[in-house]
Amino acid sequence: MAARAIWKGIVHVGTLQVPVKLYSAVQDHSIRFRLLHKTDHAPVKQQLVSSVSGDVVTYESVRKAFPIARGRMVMLAAEELEKLTPEESRDIEVARFVDSGAIDHRWYERAYYLGPDGNERAYAAAAEAMEKKQKEGLAKWVMRGKSYVGALRAEDGYLMLIALRHAEEVIDAAALTPPTGRPLAERELEMAEQLLSALHGAFDPAQFHDEYRARVIDLVETKAAGKKPKIAKFQPRKTKEDQITDALEASLAGMKRKARG
Amino acid sequence: MADEDDDLEQPAGLRPFWSGTITFGLVTVPVALFTATRPRGVSLRMIEPETQSTIQRRYVCSKDEEPLDNDDIVRGYEIEKGKFVVVTDYELSAIEPRKSREIDLRLFVDRDEIDPMYFERAYFLVPAGGTNKAYRLLAEAMQRTKQAGIATFVMRAKEYLVAILAENGILRAETLRFADDLRSPEDVGLDDIPKPAGADVKKFEEQIARHTKKQVDLHDLLDDYTEQLEKLVAQKEKKGDHVIGMPEESSGGGGAGGGGAEVVDLLQVLSRSLGEAGAVRKSPKKTTTTAKRSSGTKRASSTKRTSSAKRASGTKRAPTTKARKTAGAKKR
Repeated sequence: MAARAIWKGIVHVGTLQVPVKLYSAVQDHSIRFRLLHKTDHAPVKQQLVSSVSGDVVTYESVRKAFPIARGRMVMLAAEELEKLTPEESRDIEVARFVDSGAIDHRWYERAYYLGPDGNERAYAAAAEAMEKKQKEGLAKWVMRGKSYVGALRAEDGYLMLIALRHAEEVIDAAALTPPTGRPLAERELEMAEQLLSALHGAFDPAQFHDEYRARVIDLVETKAAGKKPKIAKFQPRKTKEDQITDALEASLAGMKRKARG
Repeated sequence: MADEDDDLEQPAGLRPFWSGTITFGLVTVPVALFTATRPRGVSLRMIEPETQSTIQRRYVCSKDEEPLDNDDIVRGYEIEKGKFVVVTDYELSAIEPRKSREIDLRLFVDRDEIDPMYFERAYFLVPAGGTNKAYRLLAEAMQRTKQAGIATFVMRAKEYLVAILAENGILRAETLRFADDLRSPEDVGLDDIPKPAGADVKKFEEQIARHTKKQVDLHDLLDDYTEQLEKLVAQKEKKGDHVIGMPEESSGGGGAGGGGAEVVDLLQVLSRSLGEAGAVRKSPKKTTTTAKRSSGTKRASSTKRTSSAKRASGTKRAPTTKARKTAGAKKR
């Protein structure tokens, strides 16, 4: 079934324009629970209360404040915050193009497919040009009162827009110091590499399924039918540091046996 | 109301999200998992203007508005409109796969083989259990062979497909989307796009060439809104316009406004955790190095809050903040 477009915009590539519709590329199937009151199983709701008086406060009467230093805040008026909200616009402005793959996946937040909104010729031409040149665009747009930065990509003749996380959100591994210790023995490293290559295979995402979800639904149905669900316990494994070599050897030996048999 | 389930156990970022073991073959690597992303922007506090007291959120029963503690709340799955089956934490953990405390890497793939579309969220793994040798061994072996380990595991009542990657000697877990959760252009209902005219393609190619830059400048990803907000706050602070004191009892964080007054530095916590395991039992000299290093990181790694406070008071930003901003542009 065709999905519904969630938004419409115009991609600006320099002086050229491509009108597009946005479709979510992700469909989340995870299970959502509701929070319920234990005794009467009525859904819970949230209330705002004053931390001093304990009185219920309506959302409309609440003011926002920005903490500046320990123990002090600046109170902000609704109009002041309103002024900071980005202006609504249909424009998806491509600020620049970079080589495909230059934007690290860790910045990816959410992917959208773009479909043509009227001008199919421009859409097809933009996609083909980007693929030929192997470029992706860095785009900015405002959608539903929020500003976004995204990567504009072309794949198989289709355009995609990937909303990116903002700079402050991502912690870079380069800013961290890796754990240190006595140098690793080359023999152990070699064995570890052998083990990895013995376990090496192709990545086929379609072979993995959310099995836990199925179990939860099973549990719910069992309970709904008035039956008792089964319970099991788990014991974790543990390798001591001086046993790592043995564990590596045993793993490799086990694999060879498997390969032979 | 999709997210309300998460409200009960919102992780503060400082505590590990999950702890367990990674296994490859018969080797086990005890680890703790920390988020590698932090919330965007500033968290504003909610204030009751008349009394200038902070606001707290609380759960009440929707029937009789009775205030509820966490102990009074259970999870329910809606089987039909308004009808719920209650599911306990115990039951949810009992139906976890036998090895839910293990990320069992039975498959290693070439890192480049994973389509970036699959990546969902990044976590750092730090060694746990007082030893880091197996951790370093796995990281080094994966880095040398440019491989990533693939596994599924259950965390917080949800199953994840995860890729374990090594970079700079540090293990990272990236949750991947299940193929079932990703749509194809056909799923979305996009028709076949007609072949474009050569002249049109040329026009786009020209515009692309004109706007191409070698480097991705991630300064572009700066949050304008946050900057503007900070500017406004700095102006008001200078004028003494609506500057108020923060009531003592709310400074410990808690429900109000979604964030505590004190933002704890995730980088510091990570650095400390990465330094701890393995170094502890060594000579006192080693311990000093670890201490030095983590305090060095502490200095360099100002949080969102401290850096914004610095900016607001006119001080220059620490150089590492800039480094962090551009680092994502690195080509792999």
